[in-house]
Amino acid sequence: MSTKLIYFAWVRERIGKPEEDVDLPSGIETVADLLRWLKSRGEEYENALQHPDVIRVAINQEHVGHREKIAGAREIALFPPMTGG
Amino acid sequence: MAGAVVPAIRIQREDFDVAAEIAGLTGGRTDIGAVVTFSGLCRDEQGALSALELEHYPGMAEAEIGRIAAEAVERWPLQGLTVIHRHGKIMPGENIVLVVAASSHRQAAFEAANFLMDYLKSRAPFWKKEHLADGSEGGWVEAKEADDQAADRWKKPSG
Repeated sequence: MSTKLIYFAWVRERIGKPEEDVDLPSGIETVADLLRWLKSRGEEYENALQHPDVIRVAINQEHVGHREKIAGAREIALFPPMTGG
Repeated sequence: MAGAVVPAIRIQREDFDVAAEIAGLTGGRTDIGAVVTFSGLCRDEQGALSALELEHYPGMAEAEIGRIAAEAVERWPLQGLTVIHRHGKIMPGENIVLVVAASSHRQAAFEAANFLMDYLKSRAPFWKKEHLADGSEGGWVEAKEADDQAADRWKKPSG
């Protein structure tokens, strides 16, 4: 099953696309696993995710921590700390 | 206490009219004793800024502000709550965000509006990019630690 990844703000700019569908390899269980795997996919990902601890993540449009399991996620969004208001 | 207040949440590109939004909450009612509004505006940073570009996460922006507003309605005895957040390109002097909280008494309205803004700042999925007056792109506004701390003070003691 493929998972939709969505990127915002400088994460989107550095990766170079707003979203993509990916087939996650087995063994990717948590958000932290996902970030580690994405980072290995090329220079643009490495550049966007060089400090994984600052990346905020939402699964199915709800904030989650990096230890959250991603099983069953339809949509995972990665973005910098928010600056609304 | 009536638990039927349904917050009105709008995420939009267009501007809003503060007076019309207040009237929308209070019109035809005689039980509201206090209305607190907060408007957030785009400032020009002493002339350095020509615009802010607000990116948002469609769907989640509405959902997350809805979750924050639902918590406010649960914590304070409100009689009405409206939250509007704009996105897209916003010029200095223009509105960005509006919170209108209505209650019988002022304290609940003040506190709920304050809570909403503190949470919006650190949890609503919006990102500001600066456009500079000299025509260059100024980069993304960085989140402030102070905003996270402001949100943290509303956390209820656990247990």
